[in-house]
Amino acid sequence: MAGATKIGRAYRARSLTAKLVLAPTVLVMLVCFYGSVVWTVYISMTRSFLLPIYRFDGIAQYERLFATPRWQVAYGNMFVFGTLDIVGTLFLGILLAVLLDRGVRFEGMFRTIMLYPLSISFIVTGLTWQWVLSPTIGFQHFVRELGFPDFAFDWITRPDRAIYTLVFAGIWHQSGLIMAIMLAGLRGIDREIWRAIRVEGIPTWRAYISIILPMLRPLVVTCIVLIAIAVVKSYDLVVAMTNGGPGFSSDLPGKFVVDFEFERANIGQASAAATVMLGSVLAIVAPYLYFELARRDR
Amino acid sequence: MTAAGANARIGRIGLYVLLIWTCLFFSIPLLVVIATSLKSSDEVRAFSIFSLPTEPSFAAWIKAWFAACTGLNCGGVHVGFWNSVRILIPSVAISVMAGSVTGYALSHWRVRGANIIMLFLLLGAFIPYQVILYPLVKMFSTIGIYSSLPCIVAVHVLFGLPVMSLLFRNFYAGLPEELVKAARIDGAGFWRIFVWVMLPLSVNILIVATILQTTGIWNDYLLGLIFAGRDNMPMTVQLNAISTTSTGVIEYNVNTAAALLTALPPLLIYFTSGRYFVRGITAGAVKG
Repeated sequence: MAGATKIGRAYRARSLTAKLVLAPTVLVMLVCFYGSVVWTVYISMTRSFLLPIYRFDGIAQYERLFATPRWQVAYGNMFVFGTLDIVGTLFLGILLAVLLDRGVRFEGMFRTIMLYPLSISFIVTGLTWQWVLSPTIGFQHFVRELGFPDFAFDWITRPDRAIYTLVFAGIWHQSGLIMAIMLAGLRGIDREIWRAIRVEGIPTWRAYISIILPMLRPLVVTCIVLIAIAVVKSYDLVVAMTNGGPGFSSDLPGKFVVDFEFERANIGQASAAATVMLGSVLAIVAPYLYFELARRDR
Repeated sequence: MTAAGANARIGRIGLYVLLIWTCLFFSIPLLVVIATSLKSSDEVRAFSIFSLPTEPSFAAWIKAWFAACTGLNCGGVHVGFWNSVRILIPSVAISVMAGSVTGYALSHWRVRGANIIMLFLLLGAFIPYQVILYPLVKMFSTIGIYSSLPCIVAVHVLFGLPVMSLLFRNFYAGLPEELVKAARIDGAGFWRIFVWVMLPLSVNILIVATILQTTGIWNDYLLGLIFAGRDNMPMTVQLNAISTTSTGVIEYNVNTAAALLTALPPLLIYFTSGRYFVRGITAGAVKG
């Protein structure tokens, strides 16, 4: 009896230590993360310009923001870049996972090559692709040297095409990650299912499309969410690759916010744009977490 | 041979052809950058970057390291390299320690509100930096450390906290509760159980977390740009400044060498401990 109460008391004392340990984490999260979020969202509803002004002013900043041509381009680009990047990365990542799942020799080597871009920063990735796609020194120049003097591939310098060049770099950097996640999923498929597929005489490609990949749908959704969030947050890649140019043609929301906050010192507009970014991430994450948690509860 | 066998063989060949093509897509950009960095200035001007160097030399690497220019400042990327190292070591050490202790407190101790704390951490990992940059700048200015080494270290620890805590929480939650119970009966407290029971079991996850944070912080650009201050500019910031300097003739061999020098530390980590790297990246990605 005495022993039990002793353990009980000691247990309480120790969980006090746990509380003390967690206190700074909670404080930091509340102040630095959530406090900052509240501040930014509130500032986006004031008339702040150079300095924060705390008088409420409704949605005027948002009206001005969506009337700004540069923002219209940046916001639209997020959807163009996002759609192509998600489709391309997902397609290549799943294709590579399926190919490796077929059991190939030198799998380790192939995986190493597919995954190394992931370890490289978006700055180096962006610069590398800027050089590769540069018409004066890169791919276009190379093909012309081969004896096709009229060959043209100058998208990165064209206002109507520069945003598409970001997709190359995005796919190059991210599809290895999707491959790794999907391959882990494919390896977890029950062998009995494959045996049944073979007994039924279903062609392998058909089995993947109609049976195996639908089984992995939750994982595919996770991949889509991952890439989509990366798209909304993307900043370094566009800075290094096109710096938003030519003009503002390849601008993205992340770059818009940083430029307006730290170069143009327009806090009101920057906060409104940042709040739109936050809303975009929430629009992706909230339904995902909701369904994911509901699925796990089942 | 049967028709089915021939089909299967064609399928196998097609599979390898596809794999090799995609591997070319992945490797060519890096090979092009390596080739260009080994060329002389004349060669860079004469040919496309896809051509191979005729007389490979490390001259551009040496120039990039000691004398690459950002505007009028020609100090080379070694300045940024050492800045990055100075930022990296305390940031990684503190954030891994903070993450492991937080994760441990959240997993094996009954703390009221633990689930809410975890939800806060999880959602915190999704917040775009842009939303909280400016308030953070204000806070650090108020306490007087904005634009300094302690400032950028604090920012990295801060942004590492959600992913690190959840990574360790999920790992410790998977360990059997009996371990902690037995230690408790032996009279061990919070810290003794952590140091003598948990840490010895955490070697793998510590490596994963360290690698995840090291590559993440080394590759960071935005936080370094905003919080480090001019005297502590990390290598990525310096590299971008060098490569976008538009005065005079652009020395692509020097710029590519600078880019490779910047990419080298994470690449070395990847090629020497890829397994841990991939585990960290996928865990960090799927969880956060």
